[in-house]
Amino acid sequence: MAIEHANVLRAAHLARLGVTDAQAERYVDDLSRILEMVDRLAEIDTEGVAPLSHPLDATQPLRADEAIEADRRDTFQSVAPATQDGLYLVPRVVE
Amino acid sequence: MHDKTLAELARGLAAGDFSSRELTASLLERIQRVDPSLNSFITVTGEQALEEADTADDLRQKGQAGALGGLPLAYKDIFCTEGVRTSAGSKMLDNFIAPYNATVVEKLRHAGTISLGKTNMDEFAMGSSNENSYYGPVKNPWNSTLVPGGSSGGSAAAVAAGLVPAALGTDTGGSIRQPAAFCGITGLKPTYGRISRYGMIAYASSLDQAGPMARTAEDCAMLMNAMAGHDSRDSTSVARNVPDYTQDLDKPLNGLKVGLPVEYFGDGLAPEVETAIREAVKVYESLGARIIDVSLPHTRLAIPAYYVIAPAEASSNLSRYDGVRFGHRCDNPIDLEDLYKRTRAEGFGDEVKRRILIGTHTLSEGFFDAYYRKAQQVRRLIRQDFLDAFSHVDVLMGPAAPTTAFELGSRADPVQMYLQDIYTIAINLAGIPGISVPAGLVDNRPVGLQILGPHFGEAHLLNVAHVYQQATDWHQRRPEIKE
Repeated sequence: MAIEHANVLRAAHLARLGVTDAQAERYVDDLSRILEMVDRLAEIDTEGVAPLSHPLDATQPLRADEAIEADRRDTFQSVAPATQDGLYLVPRVVE
Repeated sequence: MHDKTLAELARGLAAGDFSSRELTASLLERIQRVDPSLNSFITVTGEQALEEADTADDLRQKGQAGALGGLPLAYKDIFCTEGVRTSAGSKMLDNFIAPYNATVVEKLRHAGTISLGKTNMDEFAMGSSNENSYYGPVKNPWNSTLVPGGSSGGSAAAVAAGLVPAALGTDTGGSIRQPAAFCGITGLKPTYGRISRYGMIAYASSLDQAGPMARTAEDCAMLMNAMAGHDSRDSTSVARNVPDYTQDLDKPLNGLKVGLPVEYFGDGLAPEVETAIREAVKVYESLGARIIDVSLPHTRLAIPAYYVIAPAEASSNLSRYDGVRFGHRCDNPIDLEDLYKRTRAEGFGDEVKRRILIGTHTLSEGFFDAYYRKAQQVRRLIRQDFLDAFSHVDVLMGPAAPTTAFELGSRADPVQMYLQDIYTIAINLAGIPGISVPAGLVDNRPVGLQILGPHFGEAHLLNVAHVYQQATDWHQRRPEIKE
């Protein structure tokens, strides 16, 4: 399946990745070749084959819903670009 | 001291031939002298290493040193190390000082090892040549015009150049085995879930696995003893007994059934690599192994399936880099969307962006069934190929890579680069373990023999590799390093 300019811009927006029109043009070319290679998957009939998402076919184990980690907010926020009063600062989203 | 194995160094420390401080200081000095031309380290933690060495020496004095006590290691810069920059080879994390240790780092610290620093890598482990690093490419110690392989290229080059006796790598599609092959060292990718992924920066979570890179299989076994095991902080790590990986290293290989997948000796394999691999197989025959041709019929679909599954997982994993909680943030964002988009445009390199775009596209509405679901179905078929093969052979053997190390800058086309991983990628999809061992030199370029085993068969793989290393000396060859 070929990828079009609009697909690239849509994926870039969904991924919140800034891509200029000129860059998108180059990605159309790169990604089309990657997808062309990927299209070989269509060669084989997989009707009835269950998808494998975990190599050991394991399912997610559950544990009791208890707080077990110590509060390390200050340490974790020490590497944040901007914080105030224990909150992460971002540009204003509500006027 | 720089050309000794971990096992030899352990004996030297135990005998009191040298202290951990002397060993550590001598390697730090060698790094300072040799690494500027290799670029295998992103961060060297010299002071910290010497302090740790003193502690290890004190413990030894008190008779409390363990098997790995006082031995120096390096970590691929994808493992979180508390208080030390952990960059994943990306501008995005250039300023990231990890606030905690990865479980495997914690375990190896607890075992008394010394960390010399963090090694260079392809950005977020995406690459097969170590050319995708924000910190510049790594040079292959055998020849500075060649790549060391990737993505754990810094770890492989550092071990090969005698800067450190062993290093940790991660392997999502071949990132331990291929650089180990290109640099002439031994590298093990364990079974998925054998080692905790907690604190290991995620690329593709259903494929990522940490493993040891060292000179010998014996050294890898020593490290595995400390690294393996369940971790309540990684729900995909497997609760299963950890054997002593050094125990059966010498077990004779009489009657070993070795399968040669016909698909691993086909078109695209360089003739000189094939010759070296067939020679290695003959050594196994002389050691009593029986050689059997087998088929892994879905091999040709492994790279296509991988380049759907891995980018899809990556696009999700890498969504956390948003300029809000840690890592790079763009200047003067006008609103939240601008903050996200510019931060990510500035912080990620080209290959990472390609994979985020591919992953986002294949997961998006209208494409999911044709790509992601289909790739997961093919993944089951690929795993079944291995299960079928292991129902009548003990191990599989073949080349780790179709060529020896290639020239820096010679694989500009991404798809050409992806095809490099033809013999390693299916192993991650199936979740089985694999090891690459030095098995020849062609024009002074190392060749790696890849040995594959069934799930949780690491101990046997290490045995099969170790017996070969007792019979051959490829693992003892060292590149000539200009100092």
